[in-house]
This record gives sequence, C-alpha cells and structure tokens, in this order.
Amino acid sequence: MKFAVIVFPGSNCDTDMYHAVKDELGAEVEYVWHDATNLNQFDGILLPGGFSYGDYLRSGAIAQFSNVMTEVVKAAREGKPVLGVCNGFQILLETGLLPGAMRRNESLKFICQPEELVVENTSTIFTTQYEKGEVISVPVAHGEGNYYCDKDTLQQLKANNQIVFTYRNNPNGSVENIAGITNEEGNVLGMMPHPERAVDELLGSKDGLKLFQSIVKSWRERYVAAK
Amino acid sequence: MSLQNEPTSSQIKEQKLYREMGLSDSEFELVEKIIGRSPNWTETGLFSVMWSEHCSYKNSKPVLSKFPTKGERVLQGPGEGAGIVDIGDGQAVVFKIESHNHPSAIEPYQGAATGVGGIIRDVFSMGARPIAMLNSLRFGELESPRVKYLFEQVVAGIAGYGNCIGIPTVGGEVQFDPSYEGNPLVNAMCVGLIDHKDIKKGQAKGAGNSVMYVGAKTGRDGIHGATFASEELSEASEEKRPAVQVGDPFMEKLVMEACLELIHNCDALVGIQDMGAAGLTSSSAEMASKAGMGIEMNLDLIPQRETGMTAYEMMLSESQERMLLVVEKGREHEVEKIFAKWDLDCVTVGTVIEEQVLRLTHQGEIVADVPVDALAEDAPVYHKPSKEPAYYGEFQAQADYLPEITSFKSTLLSLLKQPTIASKEWVYNQYDYMVRTNTVVAPGSDAAVVRIRGTKKALAMTTDCNSRYLYLDPEVGGMIAVAEAARNLVCSGAQPLAVTDCLNYGNPEKPEIFWQLEKSADGMSAACNKLATPVIGGNVSLYNETNGVAVYPTPVIGMVGLIEDTKHIVTQSFKEAGDIIYLIGESKAEFGGSELQKMKEGRIFGKAPHIDLEVEETRQREILAAIQKGLIQSAHDVAEGGLSVALAESVMDGKIGASVTLTDEPIGSLFGESQSRFLVTVKPEHQDEFQQLVKDAKIIGFVRSESGLAIDNEQGEELLSCTLQEMQDAWKGAIPCLLTSKA
Repeated sequence: MKFAVIVFPGSNCDTDMYHAVKDELGAEVEYVWHDATNLNQFDGILLPGGFSYGDYLRSGAIAQFSNVMTEVVKAAREGKPVLGVCNGFQILLETGLLPGAMRRNESLKFICQPEELVVENTSTIFTTQYEKGEVISVPVAHGEGNYYCDKDTLQQLKANNQIVFTYRNNPNGSVENIAGITNEEGNVLGMMPHPERAVDELLGSKDGLKLFQSIVKSWRERYVAAK
Repeated sequence: MSLQNEPTSSQIKEQKLYREMGLSDSEFELVEKIIGRSPNWTETGLFSVMWSEHCSYKNSKPVLSKFPTKGERVLQGPGEGAGIVDIGDGQAVVFKIESHNHPSAIEPYQGAATGVGGIIRDVFSMGARPIAMLNSLRFGELESPRVKYLFEQVVAGIAGYGNCIGIPTVGGEVQFDPSYEGNPLVNAMCVGLIDHKDIKKGQAKGAGNSVMYVGAKTGRDGIHGATFASEELSEASEEKRPAVQVGDPFMEKLVMEACLELIHNCDALVGIQDMGAAGLTSSSAEMASKAGMGIEMNLDLIPQRETGMTAYEMMLSESQERMLLVVEKGREHEVEKIFAKWDLDCVTVGTVIEEQVLRLTHQGEIVADVPVDALAEDAPVYHKPSKEPAYYGEFQAQADYLPEITSFKSTLLSLLKQPTIASKEWVYNQYDYMVRTNTVVAPGSDAAVVRIRGTKKALAMTTDCNSRYLYLDPEVGGMIAVAEAARNLVCSGAQPLAVTDCLNYGNPEKPEIFWQLEKSADGMSAACNKLATPVIGGNVSLYNETNGVAVYPTPVIGMVGLIEDTKHIVTQSFKEAGDIIYLIGESKAEFGGSELQKMKEGRIFGKAPHIDLEVEETRQREILAAIQKGLIQSAHDVAEGGLSVALAESVMDGKIGASVTLTDEPIGSLFGESQSRFLVTVKPEHQDEFQQLVKDAKIIGFVRSESGLAIDNEQGEELLSCTLQEMQDAWKGAIPCLLTSKA
C-alpha cells in the first residue's frame, strides 16, 4: 500500500506524517506537491496539518482550490482512504468531502496539549485496531478546531455512525465533543487531533499508530486478500 | 518624500539633520572625512543605521571582547548570522538569540512575531534547518491593564508566527518585575541542525557574480528600526509605531523552504544573508565587506510593494521575510527555478565588484557611493566611562536579610503563586511545541529536549537569567546566569556545549549602566571559561529605559547541550515510590534578591547569593556522569524559591509524593537561594554507586506513593505538609487568575 502526503504551501506537519508512515508504520509514502494532477499511483491520501497558504482568510479556504484537490475528491469518490488531520480536516470541510465547519476555539487561543480521545466507532477502515470506547492519548495543536454543524447534520452523523473520535475533556468547544468524523461512505476521515504525533513512546504516546495500521489492514483485506 | 524633496547635502550638514537619524556631530564629521565630501540624504541614512548601536555594537564592542569565543567544537563563532557547534557524525547545531524589545513595547503582537521571524532567518541563512525556538520574556508586575495587554499580545505574537511556520517553541522563561514595566524584554532564540557540508556564509565573493533579491517585496515598514532600537523609550515612542515591522509567517515558511532547497540542491549559491535590521543596507554592505569586495545595485529592480519609494526608503526599510543572495554568474536561472516553485520573487539586482564600495543607482542616477568597510567596520568604538553605582556599595554593606516566617506552609503556597515561579502552562500551551515530532521533553522542565531523528542523540536547550541577582551584583549575577543555564542542561542529561547571549541593559551612556554591563560580562566570561561553554554569538540590546529608568541588567543566556543517547534523558519529576531523594549542595540563609525577599518586602536588596565556580563545575560533572551511568531517576536544579519550591515542582504531576526531613535551620533550608544545588532521586539499589560518584550528595528523604509533600525537622516535627491539590491550585492557577482579575 502506497500513501501520498499532500504538501500545500504552508503545510508544516507533512514531514511528521511522512515519518510516521515510513518509519513507524513501515509503509511506502511520497510527498505530493499541491499542483499534482494525478494521484492514480497512490492507495491512500493523507492531508497533513499546518497553515496552508497562511490560512489568513479562513482555514483551508484557499487550499480547496489547489489542483490536487480535484484529484483528492476523485480518489475519495473511488473509495480510497483519505485522512485529513488538523488543517487537512479543515480543507476536507471546505471541499465539502465532510460536513460541517470550524470556528475558532472557544478560548480564542491556540491550544497545544495531549488530549484524551474516546474511540466511538471501530467499524471504520481507520479504527479497526482499536477497542470500542478505548481512551487514547493524542495531541491537539490548533486555533480553529471548534467543530460545528447544524442539528440535522448532527442527527445524520449520529444515525450513520460517522462520529469516530470524541474528546473526553472538550478543549475547544466542538459540538458533542466531536474530535473526528467520517463521510457517509466511511472512507474519508477528518480529525483535529494529530495521530501522526502519537506514534513513538519516546515522545509520550504511541496511541495514534493503530489508526495507520487499521488503514493498511483494511486495504490488505480488501485488495491483497481478494487477489 | 520624493527625490526632489529630499534635503541636499548642505542642508543635512547645516541644519544638522543627521541628528534626527541618530548620528552625532562627531560621527557625521567622521563620515565626511571617510568619503571626502558631505553625504547626501541616502548616504546619511546608510551610515546612521549601520553605525547605530544595534548594527555596529559601537558601545558594547569593548565589553564583548571579554567573552571566550573559541572551543574545540566551535565551527563558527560570533560574526555571522548564527554560531555553529560540532555535535559529531558530520552534524552541527546552529543557534542564536536576539532581542525585539523596543518594537514589542510599542506594538507587542507584531514586535514579538517579527522577533521570531528574524531569528529564524539568521539560522536558516547559515544553511541550517530550524528545529526549535525558545524565548525569554520580561514584563512588569501582572497588575496594570497595560502589562497584561503586553504579556498576552507578546505571547500571541510568538505563537502566531512560530505555530504557522511550523517550528516548535519548546522552552523559555517568563519573569515579572516592576523594572520592566514600560520596557518589556522579548528575546527569541532559534536552534537549527546542519550537516557540516551545508554551512553557508554571508559573503559576496567573486567579482562579476550576481546579487539576487529573494522573498517578500520591500515596503515602507520598519524604516529606521535599528535606529529606533538604539534609543530610550519615552511617551513619544508611541509615534515610532511605523518603525515596527509587520510579519508574515506564511511568506517566511516559503522563503525558508526555498532557501533550504537552494542550499541543499544547488551549488551555484556563493553567499546568503538575511535582510534583518537595516535591511538591504546591512546585508549588502556586510556581505561585501566580509569578502573584501564591493556591490553595485540598481534599486529600480528591487521588488516593491508600494509606489514611488525613494532610494533612502528602500535601503532603510526593514520589511520582513527577505534574503540577499550572491550567485555564480550565469547560473541565476537555477536559483530562479527553485524560487518560482515556491511562487516567490527572485530578481538579480546587482553585481559583485572588485572596488570595495556600495554603489547604488536609482532612476539612472548614482544615489550612493560609499566604501563598504566604512559602513560595516568603521563605526567609531566608544569606551564609555564606567562608575560603580551608589546602590551597590549600600547593598554590600547591609547585614544579611533574614525573613520572618510564621507559617512555612502558607509561605510555600504563596511562593508557588508568584508569577515568576508559577506554572507557565497558560503561555506554552499556546505554542505548538510538538510540531516536527521530535520534542522529547516539553516546556515545563529544567530544559527542553529535542531528539535528532535518525540518530541516538538529542539536544537540550534552555534560556536563563535571574536579573535580580545581576542588579544586586552584576559580576556574581553574571556567573550565576551562566551556571544556572548549564545546571538546567546537566539536569536533563546533557553536556553543555556553548552559549548565545542577549545582553539587555539600560542606556550605556550612563556610567552606572555601563558598569553593570562591564561587571556582568566579567562574571559571565569567568563562568563560560570554567564551564567550557564559549559564547558563539548573540545580540546586544541597550537603551532599555523608560522615562529615564533602566531595566535590571538582564544578560539572557541561551545554552545548548548534547545528549549522546536518548536513554540518558532525565526530567525533574520524581518517578517511583521508594526512590531516595538527595540534595547536593549546602543550603544557607541567602535571601538577597530571592523570591521570598521580593514577595515579603516588595523589593530586593542586600548581597546576591555566593557562587564558587570550582564547586559548580565539579558537581555538574559528577551529576552528569551519574546520569550517563543510569543512576539517576530525576534531577532538578534548586533555583527561585529554594528547596521547598524545587520539591513541590518535582511532585506536581501528581503521580507520587515526597517525605523530606531537614536537619538544618529551616528558613534557609526551605526558601534560601544558595547556588550550585541539585535535587535528584536515585533508586535504592544505586545508592552506593551514586554516593561514590557525587561527593556532596546528602539524603533528605524518600519518594512516597501518596501524592503531596511533607517536610519535617530532625525532631520529627512537621515543618509543612501540603496536598497535591493545594500546591496545584496555587501553582497552576496563579497566572490565569492574575490575567482575569480586575486591578
């Protein structure tokens, strides 16, 4: 399985994502520049955190118009796993691949700290390696991570089991403590916490690694086993 | 101001207009002598910024020459963008600290943000990948709305810039004292990693080579910033707001990535320097001067953000996120290609010439033609008069201060609430301290630790300066500042390597201030020599005065140490119940400049604590050896607030607690600030081996499974007993509480 880490001007968690996949997960991975017009050779798409185009207007508002996003949407429609973390999540929201929007943190301040997350749904391709209800430690680092959606959307998220991670101690004001959601089909995950920062015990937590392992396992079961 | 409206040479001279730019009469005469005529408006501007204290160190040079700058590992000492120290295996660490005090006093968000941006450019211009940021901040007491505003906005500015560019802010310090009320200190330090082969210098070598301008366009912001930084603050300083630059971290991210790509992948690059203070002027003049060459530039080609800019404005602008390159003739397209990928301006604006002059043309006319050495090297050097201030003699003559204490417990809890001691979580949780996923020890311990990916090594880094001791006794305080920084590194398991310093003082034209500068440099030099940590670069910030009142002498020490194996990383938190708690070093009733004195008396006086550098060096060496042998579970230096505060900090994460018995007189033992002390814990099975290695170690208690802190005297009587909750409420709650309270 081969991953693409999409690099926008201003991405700054791209190397973290790359090393998590290459060094800790042990999978193939390449950086893909924002003007790429073809993602066919990749099996999984990773949108890293950072401040794409400076995020001066609204997080992810400019990045959604990059050439590569047309290809990301295509890959998502084809059913490939797409993971957006932090700014990557914000970009997925702007693109419409995921419902809802981000507001500034309730404190109006940037927050960087380890957070306890509850794994709400273990049936997605991103979470099969976790136990339902498992509490994992994954850091957050964002200024605009206060997830919002209207009542109907929230109803749908719940009905379709799209809420994957919630905060134990909501750090930013997100509705229903939402930390990560998938699309209806379940192959696009957006989350504010950084699983790529939690793949090495030396840095405090390894709890994020199972997310990447889940993606690979699900992909193998679907493609390799079928061959 | 259009070219036609600029004052003529004779007007500048007759009306003494150069004075407005900060040049003195004698300096103007010297300029005339060097160039053999009266300078025009642009040339006067060039000299005034290059001869400002900020760029020329004209007042501080004699003092800076005291510092040891050489060492086995030093690859680059002072004089370039940043110093470089070898860490083995073909790698090196690059670091520097710089002040942005005056801009931050006027416009705190942008002042702090651009301070961060500037120091990052200094590091990547050497060819290094920036891997960590630290900062050292000083404010007045957190009482007035103005100080709260400055504090909140400075922190937000540092966060805004550092978080966006994606370099983790891993450590630093914040202190509060009335002496910083109108003149906060904002010092930012950047640490980078480099392979020896990639080291670049700011030199314009090779006649005929092209001078290229890359990065953001030039605007009218920050004109005369360097001059502004070289005068005292006053009510009128508010008018200098336009001299504060505006930062764009996204632009800097692009410039940084493009420059690193260029440095790593294209050998057409000859020299590179950031356009920091004095912008185009300093970068061009310094690069040419260092190479023994000259530069010719056509200012019509400079990318401009505004219309109708004059030569004077372009040369003195301090617009951010700009770099000047020297590139091999004929290979400009290779550079252009890289910058085009990052959507950045990249323009050939001039040529390196044999003749050692800076020659500028604008709209077809030569607007400046002056020797580069005159700008970069020939600023006058002043040996300022020095005089021992009256206060020093009085303090030295005073009897030792002994505080009266009625309750040890409430004294400890009050100390934990002092903003200088209290948890800085409110600050550092706004900084992305984890990005790049190498931060092993996050902010809050003695030193931050960042691993070097792909190796077993890690770097420990800290900033330190207790300016109260320096005020009481600059020489002793200077020694303590260096010693404490090294102590912090040793406590995290690192061998201290070298120092970058940021010398923040008042107006050096006052003999008493110059005396502080001189004496503290003596103390720092002695400690740097003894601890084998040479000074590889830094920055001087003088004129830190508001309405005639100076800040405490504050030479902030930035220090980096090497950890050979990540297994050796140690933090201050106690680890396991049953571990033995050792105190290394004697606790005396030394309270001059202490947190307790400040808290109880509202001011500081008396003598600074005594320090013996011989003892300091021995203990640091022994403790590091014990850490490297795996004998030590936790280590913490005993600093502000004394042993009781150090103990409280070591149990604050709540997993375990401590029971301690003190045999000496309790007030000094609990709260005194004697130097060269360490608090460490050791597993019982390592007791003998540890005691053999660390001679002065004395058992004072045990780590217990129950959280909290209990301290008894020799007779078994309780001196104090605090629950975890009580200590956390005081320590963690203090700063958020002060910020929300109505003064």
